[in-house]
Amino acid sequence: MMILLAMPVIQILLFGFAITTEVKDVRVALFDPSKDTSTQLIKERIRSSEYFIIAEELTSIDQINDLFKYGKINLMIVFSENFAENLLHRGEAKVQLIADGTDPNQASLLTGYASGILNSYQQELMEQYRIPFQIVPEIKMLYNPQLKSAYNFVPGVMGLILMLICAMMTSIAIVREKETGTMEILLSSPIKPISIILAKVVPYFTLSMVNLITILLLSVFVLDVPVAGSLFWLTVVSLLFILVALALGIFISTMVNTQMAAMLASGMGLMLPTMLLSGMIFPIESMPLLLQWFSAMVPARWYIAIVKKIMIQGVEVQFVTKELVVIIAMAAALIMLALRKFKIRLN
Amino acid sequence: MIALSAHKINKSYGTTQALTNLSLEVEKGEIYGIIGPDGAGKTTLFRILTTLLLADSGTATINGLDVVKDYKQIRQVIGYMPGRFSLYQDLTVEENLHFFATVFHTTIEENYHLIEDIYKQIEPFKTRRTAKLSGGMKQKLALSCALIHKPTVLFLDVPTTGVDPVSRKEFWEMLMKLKVEGITIIVSTPYMDEATRCDRIALILDGQFLKVDTPKNIIADYPYTLWSVQASRMHRLLRDLADSPFIRSSFSFGETFHVTLNHQATPGQLREFLMERSYSDIAIQEIQPTVEDCFMLLSKRQA
Repeated sequence: MMILLAMPVIQILLFGFAITTEVKDVRVALFDPSKDTSTQLIKERIRSSEYFIIAEELTSIDQINDLFKYGKINLMIVFSENFAENLLHRGEAKVQLIADGTDPNQASLLTGYASGILNSYQQELMEQYRIPFQIVPEIKMLYNPQLKSAYNFVPGVMGLILMLICAMMTSIAIVREKETGTMEILLSSPIKPISIILAKVVPYFTLSMVNLITILLLSVFVLDVPVAGSLFWLTVVSLLFILVALALGIFISTMVNTQMAAMLASGMGLMLPTMLLSGMIFPIESMPLLLQWFSAMVPARWYIAIVKKIMIQGVEVQFVTKELVVIIAMAAALIMLALRKFKIRLN
Repeated sequence: MIALSAHKINKSYGTTQALTNLSLEVEKGEIYGIIGPDGAGKTTLFRILTTLLLADSGTATINGLDVVKDYKQIRQVIGYMPGRFSLYQDLTVEENLHFFATVFHTTIEENYHLIEDIYKQIEPFKTRRTAKLSGGMKQKLALSCALIHKPTVLFLDVPTTGVDPVSRKEFWEMLMKLKVEGITIIVSTPYMDEATRCDRIALILDGQFLKVDTPKNIIADYPYTLWSVQASRMHRLLRDLADSPFIRSSFSFGETFHVTLNHQATPGQLREFLMERSYSDIAIQEIQPTVEDCFMLLSKRQA
């Protein structure tokens, strides 16, 4: 009852203020070999814009790849050499805008905003000198040059489906035994709790493996989203994520007594956070700090991040160490918790 | 030998006291009936004894094993048939039996002799889904499943509720056979007529035992002469009996009223009293008390 009354309030507030597809405070890195007045002025404008935060100013162009692989930045702005000189004497200077194409929507927004800033500077110069100046932005979408939206939603769907099948179905399956009373007989029999859990978990584990394979086959052969990185590590990470979701399912089943409640708990408690806070639709960077902390507790956020990196960006496993450690820790903690909470008696 | 003993069991759900200082002892091979209305605490007591619930205080042992500490061993040797039908409705009769045999690390063949009499009756439907069985057949299957591992102590929580009279009779005959096999049976029921089938019964109300004895002794202890009263306008009779100065107690028993009279009153006086109020076809007969009469008397005293 409380849930039903509180839900609309929470959602309206969340969507109204906190969760938005608009970009804000996106981390940008700069490479500026010219360091002249023009680039200085442009940087000043970028810094004062509400869209961007300058995360780093590179000294060498080689660092760009690593920054994207670690996911530290979403946009890279590279000024050409002798920027001001070219601009004033030849009337034309080049800027390269490199965006992370794994989220195509965000990438086009970012390059758009950045081009806007360059344009306005160009406009100002023209008014000042009455000569046509031209700053030419050269846009490059990393990992996803065609800006296919599939590159974004395939990892998200993987996170969502696995969470749905494993957690929701497992919790419902266990709670159903409570509801029909069969749990009462099972508990009064010599069968070990771990056998009950395994018997409930194995079918959904198998099912989600089949789902995983289906999703990957479809995305590679139908959507033309290649697995750019290591298939082995993608599988390992998916298995870990499945374990997390199964443990969550068992945990939910120990907290509720009806299938309806299990459905609500896994729906509201897992599905919504996965959709809203995992970064699959709404960029995490533009959320308020509180929600960013919340999103750090959503397992799917870490899983989707890894899948994006390994599958779409094709990075090596060392670039996802942090996310991997978080997932492993979550899996271990949740499995421990679920096993301890599983009741050997009725309530 | 004592198969089961419980000592001063207390259990409450929130502010509701479900069981109060309940103690009982059951001999090996005994059929022990726990008789009382719905909500008296029968199921709670069963769940505590079958290791499914923890009592707030008090101890209980089955074959000398503590229900809290040694719950794992106890679960090997008990059979439990919950009050609510609790088999897998989407499995067939045979699959359910096979499943529970496996759960108890045994096979259907190993203890088939125990369930043969009862399982024979549902065997023709063994490929039918359990959900589609009649109430009586469901209970027979549930009993078969509870027996498949040859438990030493069998707990049956209201096993005959929702079962037709013929099946009820067969069910009790089955229990008599199991008793011969040396299985201790603790059975609860709200039907007082089933009480006489037990070796000993405990009358339970509001979480307390009113009395524990053999059905015979309980009936013999009934202190008053009991009369059955019938007359023409039955529905008015209840109020008039209550108004009558001769009546100590009266309870409706289907077609008749069971009545006890005050110290000096005679049935003749009661007959006159009723005739004054223009009842016809008055029949007043001395009858033997039943367990239900004893229960009513005890529960009235309790209140």
